[in-house]
Amino acid sequence: MPHKTFFWFILPTGLAMILFIGLPIVSSFFQSLHIETEQILMEVENCDPFGCKTNVRVDLEATEKLREENPLGRFNGFGTYVDRNHLAFDEIEEAWDSSSSISEFKDIVLNLPFYKALLFTLTFCFAVTPPVIILGFIVALSINTLVKSLKGITIFGAILPMVVTPLIGSLVLFWMIDSQGIIGASIQILFNDPNLSLKASSKLTWITLIIYGIWHTTPFAFVVFYAALQTVPQDPIEAALIDGASRFQRVRYIVIPHLYPVATFIILICLMDNFRVFEPIIGFSAEGVAQSLSWMIYQDLRNENKMLFGSAGATSMLTIIGIAILLTPVLIRTWKEFRTER
Amino acid sequence: MESQINKYSTQLIVINSIFILIWLTISVFPFIWTLWGSFKVKADFFSRADWTYALSGFNTLLETGATTTVKAYIESWTEGEFWRASMNTIIVTFSVVCISLFLGTLGAYALSRSTYKYTFFILIAALIFRAMPHITLVSGYLFPFFQLNIWGILPTTIIVLVAINQPFTLWLLYSFFKTVPKELDESALIDGCSYFQAFRFIIMPIMWPGVLTAGLFSMMLAYNDFTVTALLLNQENYTMVPKINAYLGTVEYSGNYMWAVSSVVSATAPLFMIVWFFQRQLISGLTAGAVKG
Repeated sequence: MPHKTFFWFILPTGLAMILFIGLPIVSSFFQSLHIETEQILMEVENCDPFGCKTNVRVDLEATEKLREENPLGRFNGFGTYVDRNHLAFDEIEEAWDSSSSISEFKDIVLNLPFYKALLFTLTFCFAVTPPVIILGFIVALSINTLVKSLKGITIFGAILPMVVTPLIGSLVLFWMIDSQGIIGASIQILFNDPNLSLKASSKLTWITLIIYGIWHTTPFAFVVFYAALQTVPQDPIEAALIDGASRFQRVRYIVIPHLYPVATFIILICLMDNFRVFEPIIGFSAEGVAQSLSWMIYQDLRNENKMLFGSAGATSMLTIIGIAILLTPVLIRTWKEFRTER
Repeated sequence: MESQINKYSTQLIVINSIFILIWLTISVFPFIWTLWGSFKVKADFFSRADWTYALSGFNTLLETGATTTVKAYIESWTEGEFWRASMNTIIVTFSVVCISLFLGTLGAYALSRSTYKYTFFILIAALIFRAMPHITLVSGYLFPFFQLNIWGILPTTIIVLVAINQPFTLWLLYSFFKTVPKELDESALIDGCSYFQAFRFIIMPIMWPGVLTAGLFSMMLAYNDFTVTALLLNQENYTMVPKINAYLGTVEYSGNYMWAVSSVVSATAPLFMIVWFFQRQLISGLTAGAVKG
């Protein structure tokens, strides 16, 4: 296809992506270099019969004017990145000096908002992915052995958790797990502890969120594995059967190696998608004990009157760096594939 | 031979069936439970005293005189203005699907037919864009949108959702177009068609399964979106998902917790029906994606 034709075909979609994905990233970056204008203070003298006092007051008019002139705020360089709510270099240095042991230092650092969120995000990512792969594979194998007439409805049932949006999915589970819901109440009876609830400890909340993550993501792994199972060549399996391999051996030495590339694909998509975990935190109302990077950004932007663009931008940039680190293996793999294809 | 590969021992069949039943229970039961509970009052669905009230409808009987009630549905659709939210969802979903298919087919066709190296870089850029968390993009939109005064309205959200959706649509359609033999449109070109004519009259008619799949995924994205719609729309223009979140959180709606439960059912039911109807396309779409990586 000549360059010119190609250009006109790709223009609409390219423009949409550049304008609404490329530029916002740049815009986020610019915002992250700025910080909200400070309020201008002025001294006012209040005189009463007992003498004069100087009070410091916010000069609303001047502040408003300055804000209108500079809606983005003042330039702050990388200041927002290193402040207490983000990378918090000063706090870490101080903690390093003041703490007597590594564990104390770790406690202080992991209580800083950014590191707390990062810890949860990473824990969620890496706790959800392995069970998802294993469960998805087992479900795919099981459903693959079903008779054809039952397959359709079983697949439909099995993919429902993936079809609903995370917010609705987590709400639906939350209403059951909640201490007044069916599962929550049953667990209380089972353990004979009326105070046992999802919100009882941060550990329990984290576990609940991770279970939700597995519930929500497994159907995706299942569908991809199921599709890939249809492409497994039958000849080696037949050969193995003649050689006397058991069913388990056939799965272990023929099917699984065939599915390796698909599994890496699922792992990377899972890591990428779970890295942006955010809606379940809202659905489970778990903001108190579990914050993720995306949730931090949402929190900065939620207040319509005073949005913290700078802070949100900085967290966004740090999140993108995290994603880039996760994504490097895929990019390298795709590049290699592309080179061999040529 | 075929029969021997697929012959399973009774033991295996039993274990297998039990496992599938358990798995289906785990994935389907929460939805059935919510559907059931949405016809009860709050005191039953979230019962402090005894969860079996949710089954018997004890408080529902006391409060309404019957064991099931549609009060939450009627109230949320009228008083809670859920009808407006669902109208908005229909507008947004329909527009997003149409526009993103239009842009996506054009782009993916060009990508699948060009042999130059830059196609690779465009696809890689799309992959990177696909990985961007939506909320980081939203944080980039808000400020310029406020300045341009286009925040809060539906068209802005539609275009944003289309753009966010493009990378995935492009990859999906690209892998579908790759399966259509090049000879087909090349012969059309020799016969004197322009590229656009070949695309429009030769390729599109045989591509409808792929387009349907891509459309289905666009629909799910637009229908399910929370991040973009919650932050880019103002209260009146909320689509269903942010509306449900609003029922949960704000003081305005407190005491109407059951509205959220019934709205969840109202929002999920049409989605499930569509998925039931187009299940095969959905799975073939994911396969296409899996093969390409």
